[in-house]
Amino acid sequence: MSLLTVLMLLPLVGALGLFAVPGENVKAIKSIALGSGIVTFAVSVLMALRFKTNLSGFQFVESHSWISSFGIRYQVGIDGIALVLILLSTLLVPVVMLASWNESEGGRWSSRTYYILMLVLETMMIGVFAATDVFLFYVIFEAMLIPVYFLIGGYGRGERAAAAMKFLLYSLFGGLLMLAALIGLYVTAEGQIGGTFDLTTLSHLQLNSLTENLFFLGFFIAFAVKAPLWPLHTWLPTAAKSATPATSVLLLGVLDKVGTYGMIRFCLTLFPHASHTFTPLIIILSLISILYGAFLAIGQRDINGLIAFTSISHFGFITLGIFAMTSQGLSGATLYMVNHGFSTAALFLVAGWMSARRGSTKIDDFGGLQRVTPVMAWMFFLAGMSALALPGLSSFVSEFLVLVGTFTRYPVAAIIGTTGIVLAALYVLLTVQKALHGPTTPGNENLTDLGLREKIAIAPVVILLVLLGFYPTPVINQINPATAQVMAHAGFSDPLPKAGK
Amino acid sequence: MTSSTHLVYLIALPLFSSALLLLLGRIADKWGHYVATAVSATTFLIGLSEFFAMRSREGAARSSVQTLFNWISVGSFKVDAALLLDQLSICFVLLITGVGTLIHIYSIAYMSHDRDRRRFFAYLNLFVAAMLLLVLGNSYLNLYVGWEGVGLASYLLIGFWNERPAYAVAAKKAFVANRVGDIGLSLAIMIAFAQFGSVSFDGVKAGVPHASTAALTALGAMILLAATGKSAQFPLQSWLGDAMAGPTPVSALIHAATMVTAGVYLITRSNFIFDASPTARVLVVIVGAITLLFGAIVGTAKDDIKKALAASTMSQIGYMILATGLGPIGYAFAIMHLLTHGFFKASMFLGAGSVMHGMNDEVNMRKYGALRKAMPITAATFGLGYLAIIGVPPFAGFYSKDKIIETAFNAGGAKGWLLGGAALLGAAITAFYMTRVFILTFTGKSRWDDEAHPHESPSLMWIPMVVLSIGSVASGFLFNSGNALVNWLAPVVNSANFHSEKELMKPIVVSLLALAVVVLGAGYAFLKYRADVPVVAPEKVSLFTKAARRDLGQDDLNDLLLVRPGQALTTALVKTDENVIDGTVRGIAWLVQYLSYSSKKIQNGYVRSYALIMALGALALVATIWVVTL
Repeated sequence: MSLLTVLMLLPLVGALGLFAVPGENVKAIKSIALGSGIVTFAVSVLMALRFKTNLSGFQFVESHSWISSFGIRYQVGIDGIALVLILLSTLLVPVVMLASWNESEGGRWSSRTYYILMLVLETMMIGVFAATDVFLFYVIFEAMLIPVYFLIGGYGRGERAAAAMKFLLYSLFGGLLMLAALIGLYVTAEGQIGGTFDLTTLSHLQLNSLTENLFFLGFFIAFAVKAPLWPLHTWLPTAAKSATPATSVLLLGVLDKVGTYGMIRFCLTLFPHASHTFTPLIIILSLISILYGAFLAIGQRDINGLIAFTSISHFGFITLGIFAMTSQGLSGATLYMVNHGFSTAALFLVAGWMSARRGSTKIDDFGGLQRVTPVMAWMFFLAGMSALALPGLSSFVSEFLVLVGTFTRYPVAAIIGTTGIVLAALYVLLTVQKALHGPTTPGNENLTDLGLREKIAIAPVVILLVLLGFYPTPVINQINPATAQVMAHAGFSDPLPKAGK
Repeated sequence: MTSSTHLVYLIALPLFSSALLLLLGRIADKWGHYVATAVSATTFLIGLSEFFAMRSREGAARSSVQTLFNWISVGSFKVDAALLLDQLSICFVLLITGVGTLIHIYSIAYMSHDRDRRRFFAYLNLFVAAMLLLVLGNSYLNLYVGWEGVGLASYLLIGFWNERPAYAVAAKKAFVANRVGDIGLSLAIMIAFAQFGSVSFDGVKAGVPHASTAALTALGAMILLAATGKSAQFPLQSWLGDAMAGPTPVSALIHAATMVTAGVYLITRSNFIFDASPTARVLVVIVGAITLLFGAIVGTAKDDIKKALAASTMSQIGYMILATGLGPIGYAFAIMHLLTHGFFKASMFLGAGSVMHGMNDEVNMRKYGALRKAMPITAATFGLGYLAIIGVPPFAGFYSKDKIIETAFNAGGAKGWLLGGAALLGAAITAFYMTRVFILTFTGKSRWDDEAHPHESPSLMWIPMVVLSIGSVASGFLFNSGNALVNWLAPVVNSANFHSEKELMKPIVVSLLALAVVVLGAGYAFLKYRADVPVVAPEKVSLFTKAARRDLGQDDLNDLLLVRPGQALTTALVKTDENVIDGTVRGIAWLVQYLSYSSKKIQNGYVRSYALIMALGALALVATIWVVTL
């Protein structure tokens, strides 16, 4: 059994273990869940250490026939892009478990159910990045909706049922389009090379341009719903306002990345020509997302709504980087996915702590927190600086790579995208000013600062925000060979410097 | 090129100390400021030893480089974290660490009653680290990290007392205005990479001869945009006045002597770009000339001593920017004025702080008067700074400002008359408003509030002021004797052996003219403010004064052009998103619901059933295709 499969099974084992504990022993349930999250992370680090950076193609490959009549296989393997996203997922799960220690209580169902959903979701998060059989990917892609649906609908706040439904319907709509394209792809493959869902084999398929364009759209729309691209984004703010902080972190930090990951893994690899055809449209939508998300973020009164819209803006950057089709754009976009995961995690977790203490998610209800709860205020400030991509923090490296990679091919798009940095300063600093500065708003005088558990939970995230800003090389080195391969397969090469020597 | 192993300590020490003071929290309250000051002094000593080491080497060996590690490497985009110390950056290192250390010492006393003194010193150290990175980075991207780091430190320090909403707003305003400038720096780096495949100073310099004029002009314009943000130049100048919300030592260090001059550094560092693009140079001199007059005019009407000095800073940096647009010799004169200005403006800001210290934090000069008796040392050090800035020989400003005026005239033709005239007019206005500041504060009759008991500041405060005022007196002469600074900088900016062929006037004529306008400006102020000064600013004043009091409408204009349309757009977009975009989605959902009304019987309202039916449907579809293709 490949280490990758073991990694996928570990959270499931933890979930099974939860059944061995009586339901009223909440503390034991939490400890087991957290323990299996930590073990899973440790194993993923072990896998990363064994990962050979300079090898092209997938590693830790495992392949078994699953539904042989359709050529569907349980087939997994990772390249550098998948590796860093899996590491992001396995780190964020224990972090959110520790950070939102009491979130499972007071839901519609028991704490046990909550942690089972979390751990099942973790297995799927690893699986979705590991799948190299397109059908397997599709199944996990859709199945992931189930735990998230229950996590929002069962443990969220406000109009959680409606929000969960909106999320589900949007995603199912996208998923159906993908399914249609997938079936079409299978049928075409059967005519040419025999029925298979193997990604590598399918990537050599000959498609006429109409078919390719249609298939591309099927996949792309599904992904554009997931990593919401304007105008398919309206489910996200609703979901973020209703989901618990932990669910929001996993939803925006990891699950939405499946969309942008899918664009690289499937859209660019399977349909390079169609990707090229649709590039102008996608770049325009990305730019709209960047600016629109930022303006909407400025206009938000709810702190979770704010974070959701900043993410829409950031997903615009990621999509821009992917379709700029340069190595800086593509590697930058992949790095952006990782950095945005940590950055958003910090924002949601600290915002969650602030809201839980204040009993409100309205930005105006905070105020003067810097004086009352300095550590919490500092953490929020740092997360905010990361959201506006301050040089020296990790998000700067990725955002700049995306912009510089876009500029070499599409200078006008890069110029428009760059204006987003001013809007980012506005949405972060306006919020900082309202929430942290000024006199202490009545009602906030006795709020308590972060406790030890919360400090420990946020520490790894904050350390990575700073560390990867000054030294992103370990992550970039994993990503580069994989993105180079994607570029080579799609037939793109970087533009040369214009002023030749 | 010498390779060095210890440049990194210049940055690492203050950075580490800053982090330490912030992380330790209250534990470090008692001694944090001593650590921060000692660290700052250590960086100054390192700077000094580097300076003497550099002087002992000759030619190309004078510049030294330290490559730390590979920072970002994707495709052909390769950027090292690397430091470069050459004749240009050593000037800044000494200025930053020297003035920085004096201001650390001053702040020990100035901030002694503040409950957050430790945090203040942590930010000061953070600033020193970031500013040193800014001037030591060997590529535009490394510089960018320092550039944004000083912006962060500036934001934190302007908003140091951010419990006051107005101060929090001022901090935000500074950051946002700087970010507009950052668009310029970001795009400049992108252009550099797209054109030359490199973002290091050396790489860009090597590529310049092969680039098109259009590309170089775009590059120059973007660098200028960056400089206008950081150096508070027109049209991004509006944040500097509000930045005076920060504690006064901060105004002296960051918003007078060092950070705000970073734009001048950036342009000087990019001299090879501007040398190759006449159009970019024209843009630079336009910005410089407008700002030097703009700041001077605003300075005439401010009653807040710090805001008057801030307007003056804007104006003096305008002189420096103007100089950088005037060719190779101009860079050297810009740096000379930057250094002398660092001394005299920091000295005057610390003097202003000393006055505030003795006057219960009063900043309104109309409530000062006759303070020279109560504060003789402050009056003397401030007075020397005053003589230096208006350009009285042999004080520092006389040498450095005169050279800029002279070089402006030497641009020749209509351009020379225009720029030289503007610089001369600026000198006259400077003499006027600085004389006004000095008279209102230190001479005449006292107009103090009843509870004011002015007293001289403690020695920890006046010693740094004395040291800086020595610089205000002597530095211009030293830099100028035997063209010392011009020759020193020559390897970086090609300023040696430079002779103008378009001389409009002999240098001595320019000097006499400059002196004459200074006498006029100062004399007018003397006559105007010699008599009684009303404690409340008169309402019936000329339109000109009204406009100057409102900073020539800079905020009104930004409000009209940017803030209000931006707010309207935001509100409109929020409504659109809720009603139109989400509305369409909800409409479709409603339509589907309506259409499926007839088949309601098989629908039970459970999402899991829907999901099941969908999955079954999908499976049926797959099965059908399978059967069909068989």
